[in-house]
Parts: sequence; C-alpha cells; structure tokens
Amino acid sequence: MPDPTAITAEQVQHLADLARIALTPEEIEHLAVELGSIVDNVRKVTEVATPDVPATSHPIPLQNVYRPDVIGEILTNEQALSGAPDADDGRFRVSAILGEEQ
Amino acid sequence: MSDDLTRLTASHLAGLLAAGEVSSVEATRAHLDRIEQVDGDLHAFLHIAGDAALRRAGEVDRLRADGADVGPLGGVPVAIKDVLCTKDMPSTAASRILEGWIPPYDATVVARLRSANLIPLGKTNMDEFAMGSSTEHSAFGPTHNPWDLDRIPGGSGGGSAAAVAAFEAPFALGSDTGGSIRQPAAVTGTVGVKPTYGGVSRYGAIALASSLDQVGPVSRTVLDAALLHDVIGGHDPHDSTSLDQLWPSFEQAARAGAENLDLRGIRVGVVRELSGEGFQTGVQQRFDEALALLASAGAEIVEVSAPHFEYAIAAYYLILPAEASSNLAKYDSVRFGLRVTPEGGGTVEQVMAASRGAGFGPEVKRRIILGTYALSAGYYDAYYGSAQKVRTLIQRDFDAAFGQVDVLVSPSAPTTAFKLGAKMDDPMAMYLNDITTIPANLAGIPGMGLPVGLAPEDGLPVGIQLMAPAREDARLYRVGAALEALLEDHWGHPLLDLLPADFGRHPAGADRIVPLPGPGTEPDGGTH
Repeated sequence: MPDPTAITAEQVQHLADLARIALTPEEIEHLAVELGSIVDNVRKVTEVATPDVPATSHPIPLQNVYRPDVIGEILTNEQALSGAPDADDGRFRVSAILGEEQ
Repeated sequence: MSDDLTRLTASHLAGLLAAGEVSSVEATRAHLDRIEQVDGDLHAFLHIAGDAALRRAGEVDRLRADGADVGPLGGVPVAIKDVLCTKDMPSTAASRILEGWIPPYDATVVARLRSANLIPLGKTNMDEFAMGSSTEHSAFGPTHNPWDLDRIPGGSGGGSAAAVAAFEAPFALGSDTGGSIRQPAAVTGTVGVKPTYGGVSRYGAIALASSLDQVGPVSRTVLDAALLHDVIGGHDPHDSTSLDQLWPSFEQAARAGAENLDLRGIRVGVVRELSGEGFQTGVQQRFDEALALLASAGAEIVEVSAPHFEYAIAAYYLILPAEASSNLAKYDSVRFGLRVTPEGGGTVEQVMAASRGAGFGPEVKRRIILGTYALSAGYYDAYYGSAQKVRTLIQRDFDAAFGQVDVLVSPSAPTTAFKLGAKMDDPMAMYLNDITTIPANLAGIPGMGLPVGLAPEDGLPVGIQLMAPAREDARLYRVGAALEALLEDHWGHPLLDLLPADFGRHPAGADRIVPLPGPGTEPDGGTH
C-alpha cells in the first residue's frame, strides 16, 4: 500500500514532466496539497477491492469490433492540416526534436 | 409573437412549423433575439450562429415550401454543447488550448441534427473539457443560473441547461460523464437524459473519460428529450463502443407515459444510500412529495440498498482522471490547438509542455496530474485497479436492485444551486456534489433528471433522478413523462412558469462575486 499522506512538490514536478505540462512553482506547491487531500479521499476504494472481485474496464461488455479493410470516410491532407499551428509542404511543422545537449 | 415562440416546447413548435403557421426563420430569429436580450446576463453561449442559423432556417423553409419531407423536427432550433465538434463553428470544450479551433468534421450527433433539419443556434458554455459541476471552470467565464444570477447553473453542461431554462433554445445537446446533463437539469428546473452507454455515438465528442462519457438531450419536457434522443441515438460505425442494436421510439414511450397515468404494477426503488445526511431539507421534501405522487398513481415504492455507492466518488475520481490524462495527451501543440513557444525557443517537448501549461486551466491540470499519479508504476494496482473493482461492485448493486424494481430513484443532486465561487477553493467539496449521478456512469445505465418543484427554503429548483437497467432507456421516458404529467396537473403549470423574469437579479449593491463576462472572453473574440 503506497504511503497515503505525502505527495511532495518533487513528485508533482515529476508527474508534470511525465504529463508534459509546464507548471509554475506556485502551481506545484498548490497541487501537492490538493492532491494529498484528494488521494486521502479516493484511497478508500482499497477497502472493498478484494482479490475475488474482478475489475470492470468497460460498462457494457463488448467484443472486438471490426470493419471491412477498405478506405472509409477520411480527411483530405488539407483538412487534416487545417487546425495545425504550423504546417509546411503538406506536413505538420514542429521545432527541434532533440535539444543541444542530446 | 416573436417573444412567444421562445416559450413553446420543441414539440409544440414543430407542430406549428409543420402546419405552416410559423416559419423556421421566425422561430430561429425569435431565439436569436432572446439570446441577444438575455445572454449578457447568463453567458450560456460561447458562440452564436446568428446569420448562419437564419440562412439554414431559410433553406429548411424553402424545402418545406417545395413539398419536401423535412422530418418531424425540421426547422426547430437547437443549442449544442461546445464539447461537440461542429465544422462551421468553433469547438473549444471551453478551453484556451482549443480557442478558435474549427474541426474539419461534425460529431455524428451534430450530423444527425443537421440531417433532421434542426437549426443549430450556437455552442454552449461548459466546464473546461467537461471537468466540473458548476461551469465555473470554463476558460471563458462562468454561466449564471437563470433562477438566480449569483448561483451556478450546474456543470459541466451549465450552458445548455441555462439556455434551455431561460428560453434561449427549446432544447440542446449535452454530455454526461458523471452527471453533467442530470445535475445542471436539477439546478435549473429542466429535463436531461444520460442514455445507456453506447446508445448515442461519441464520435466527434471531445473525449473526457471514454468509458464514462455519453451524449444526451437537454430540454424543458420529457417528450422533447425523447424527440431529440430519437434523432441522435442509434448505432454509429464511427464509434466502436456504439451499441449495434435497434432502439424503440422514445417519443412513443414518452407519449404513452403521459397518456396513461395509472402506474399500478410499476415498482419504484428508492436508493437508501442517496438520502439523509448531506441532502438539503427542501430537496428531500420535494423528492418525498414526488414519491407520494407516484404512489398515489399506483406505483409501488420500495426501499433498496446499494451498499457500494459510498465508494463511487472515490472510484470515479480515479478512473476519470486516469482516462482523461490519456485522452488529453492529444493536445500536443502539433496537429491542432494552441502552440506556445518558450522564450528563446525549445524542443518539441518543451514547446508541448509550455503550450499545455498555458492552455489548460487549473482543474484540467489537477485531473491530468492526478490521473498520471493513479496510473504510475507502484500505484496502478492500488488505485486504478481497485477503482475498476469498485465499478464491478456498483454494477452488482444495480443488478440486485433491478431484480426487485423497474426503476430506481434519488434526488438528482444533494442540494439546490450553490453560489458562484462557493466551492472553487475546495476541489473535494465540488467532487462530493456528484454522489447521486456518478453510479449510473460507472455502471453504464441510463438516467433521467426532471424537476419536482422548488425548495421551500430558497425557492430554487429540485430534481429527481430516474435510473433504469442498461438498454431500458424507454422505461425512463414512460415513467418520467407520467411523473411530469402528475406534477404539472398538481401545480397547474410547468415549473419553468415560475422562472423569475429578472433572473432573480439582486438589488443594486448586492455583492456579485463573479464578474460578468465581457468582450474578449469569448473563444472567437466575441465576434461571433
């Protein structure tokens, strides 16, 4: 069982890095406190989640859904790029993939 | 006349349109005028279709004049929650990260509205990415409750509910992940339905939590909700979770319910765990009176227990953030949406982090970080895994209950509308407000909220929630329409006749804690 009480600023910073969200130091401090309180509340799920209970991931049981392997209704290249912040030559344009130190 | 058209139900208006007594242009203009008149106070809309709506209304009028079959709702205006993609209007989910984004395609439900010749009036306000119970988490400013402008209209679909309650639209589309259709209905005195999971396509609905999200109707009457549900429902090959089955006519179910008020043989289960402590006195009172009315019509009222409901909020606030943290990874500043480049440039990853830091509001950040935490190594089994087991236990509670009764009932929300700002600093208090509605989402079953009166202590609307087994949505319409008819017979009028014309505006000098929306708060810059 994980330690319920402590969510540190360092942990929040790590989670924010994983989630690719730049946070200010104030946001990190605030979130550490709030997450601690929320996690304290939600950890009660462990009280009844005994090994004999199966997990439910989807509310209505479904089989795999297939469709014929043919081209469906798809976007044109122009439509797909229509909302892009930057595009060039029919492609999404981004800044450097690797930093200098890499 | 123009003013009167906005007071009509969608079904009544559809009748006048079919009879040629009113044109769609007249009906659409009446609603646009009403929006112009009152939306400065309410801020129910993020985008107003304006001339585009009038043009489409003109087309439908011409089709009808040419003798074409425009369908039973042809020419009736409708509002659309901003969580749904519309290829001719910005679709932002009330987030800065999608400000001004116009999708290259329509959500299936929107395409079905268009094929049925309904007239989209605009896009309604909501909590950012549907995360919230008050619409205060909209990046573009909150919506105000038309019963009292200082109070929340519920959330996340506060915009659709307020628009319908304030006669800005006859009905609207919403989405419900943990109560976002039913709770706003409760606090605005309107009707809202969360269909069976998979009963309505989610294709083009901006995803929050994919195993919980469901699109549904928001209206002033049960029949209008049924009419809209009939239009948007049914299998969609674009959504692999869409149920491939035929559905009965919900319109017929609602009409049958309103015509036959003899409820003998109907067993109504009252969920013991959804009452008592935490439930406002006037909410409980109006709920109990509605039960007495059902009983007087012959229904058998049975108390049932759902012992695992007390774990529902905890499970929900693990499953939802986990799924949301994954779904919202798509806002990467590459393919669409906001891009913010850090000072001096940066790698694509740094640009992504800066964009998400600037584009997401505090509640969205909170839930993504929480979800990332719940899914991380070492915590996954204890949190996400346990939450999924609770989901099984809640489904078993429902199965046991529906073994004894035909429908389950509870208050739609534990309290009437609270004041804007009251819970903004305490996320957990906001989450606890969802206790009544979350179990249905976890189990995938359908739920309907409808008004049962005003709480005596504050004069604000109270809602009842009806729940039925999965795929038995028609049962909600039958029993809901009967209860609505019984209540309106009892009152002598619909509840919304009591809506204060001045929206409960407080005398000058009263403390307004939230600023009114102003120019520049709209996702399209206020230019519509």
